[in-house]
Amino acid sequence: MIWRKTVNVVMLALMWLAAAVVLLPLVLILVHLVREGASSINWDFFTKVQSAPGTTGGGMSNAIVGTLVLLLIASGIGLPVGIAAGIYLAENRTARLASAVRFLADVLNGVPSIVTGIFAWQVMVKPVGHFSAWAGGVALATMMIPLAARTTEEMIRTVPNSLREAALALGYSTWRTSLTIVVRTALPGIVTGALVALARVAGETAPLLFTALGNIFFTVDPNKVIAALPLNIYSFAISPYDDWHRLAWAASLVLIVLVLLISIAARYVVRPKFGKAVD
Amino acid sequence: MTTPEPLAAPAPLPRPPEPAALKAIGTTVRQPAANAGTGEVILDVTGLNAYFGAQHAVRQASIAFREREVTAIIGPSGCGKSTLLRCLNRMHETVPTARVTGRIEFHGQDLYGPGVNPIEVRRHIGMVFQRPTPFPTLNIRDNVAAGFRALPRHRRPARDEIDARVEEALRGAALWDEVKDRLKTGAIALSGGQQQRLCIARALANEPSVILLDEPTASLDPLSTQKIEELVYALRQRFTVIIVTHNMQQAARVSDRTAFMLNGELVEVSPTGKLFTTPSDPRTEAYVTGRFG
Repeated sequence: MIWRKTVNVVMLALMWLAAAVVLLPLVLILVHLVREGASSINWDFFTKVQSAPGTTGGGMSNAIVGTLVLLLIASGIGLPVGIAAGIYLAENRTARLASAVRFLADVLNGVPSIVTGIFAWQVMVKPVGHFSAWAGGVALATMMIPLAARTTEEMIRTVPNSLREAALALGYSTWRTSLTIVVRTALPGIVTGALVALARVAGETAPLLFTALGNIFFTVDPNKVIAALPLNIYSFAISPYDDWHRLAWAASLVLIVLVLLISIAARYVVRPKFGKAVD
Repeated sequence: MTTPEPLAAPAPLPRPPEPAALKAIGTTVRQPAANAGTGEVILDVTGLNAYFGAQHAVRQASIAFREREVTAIIGPSGCGKSTLLRCLNRMHETVPTARVTGRIEFHGQDLYGPGVNPIEVRRHIGMVFQRPTPFPTLNIRDNVAAGFRALPRHRRPARDEIDARVEEALRGAALWDEVKDRLKTGAIALSGGQQQRLCIARALANEPSVILLDEPTASLDPLSTQKIEELVYALRQRFTVIIVTHNMQQAARVSDRTAFMLNGELVEVSPTGKLFTTPSDPRTEAYVTGRFG
């Protein structure tokens, strides 16, 4: 009896420890970022363009807006394609094309992001002869497509087949059943998957290196080169200036908060509207 | 669209004295309805075969269903009774590798004829499944109105008319009084029995002439089961009802005629009282007296 209770306590302690080890890196990163970067976050950081090398002051408005523009382009291309592919995969599980698409999506998921960047350079930069936000957005979209497709497929698969049959028996056509019943039921999960994909590419640097390139000026024109937070973190961190190092920490903090906000939004969206679903 | 007559509230089941021969299955058989066996044939099945891939699930089945009659299909698990039911509204073919041969006439028209749209068939021949399947993203009212959303825009009734038909369908399914104050709340908050009656209301809102019930009480408690049975009894004043059930007592309680299936074959179709008291096939007798199955 004593022995069993002891084992129980020990095992419980080990599990707490394991959980703590999982959380520790995240906590350490956040604490470190706040300590190093929080002091540099002020109104100027969000409103002013980055300063010239070696001078003090300036902000990150060009990079923050640049990241938002890139994410907008990436979502605009990547999410419709990815979600549509996911719906196709889920609704035609056994089709030969579906297994091929599923396999290729998994391969694409494993492609190193720098290779994705080279691909985007090849199709978007080389033909027109200059770097652009379009190219950066396409590179990020290429990474989002397999993520969105696979999560959409998984989410649609959780919808019980009985729901599909019920709709068909009411006189719904196959496509209307898919879109208005099955996809609608899986929608919170699909949106979550989309936001997770967005958060995932928000911090990508490598695909932007030779696509969006970076820009020290403020722009929202997708035909021009554009700044992005990860690119600026990289260039500021390797610069020799202390002031820039602090700005790099601050930019990292802003980036991670942005990703956290997207994740929290994902949690909020997945709340069921009418309480727990059946099955 | 014409407004149909309001559906009658379900009456409690009359309990006739128990015939001695029925002691074997320990239940009572309802007296046949006055009109039993006299209605027009609404669904006429001839030489029906249904397959899943190479598996021959229904073999040469022939049976006629009459208007405003309740027909029960009984038989052991895997005998093909659900498959037969699913052929009647062309749901069978929604399963990959499923195939149907033979002829089913609905009001004299071949359901499997060229140019027949299975979607229209399913609107005329409604179906309720074994497990309640309310749409979890829709509230109670929209669940019942779900059939209208499947219609092309020009055939969709106006909002007021939809509301009226939702109420009528919910009354017809004996659910209105329980949900009238919370039509805008989610359908999955209802109990299992209420959900199943909601599914029946949803089928009724399409104004079908035939309602197929595929073991509608298999997942319900006895009290909810009784409510569904009373509902089935009431529904036959306006609809043709075909109910598949595992439960012989249920078949005896709710149906005018009973069909017995075994290994994909339709063994016997008789008035319910006759099938359970003096069956003509020895296999039926063996089954209803519990010697196998």
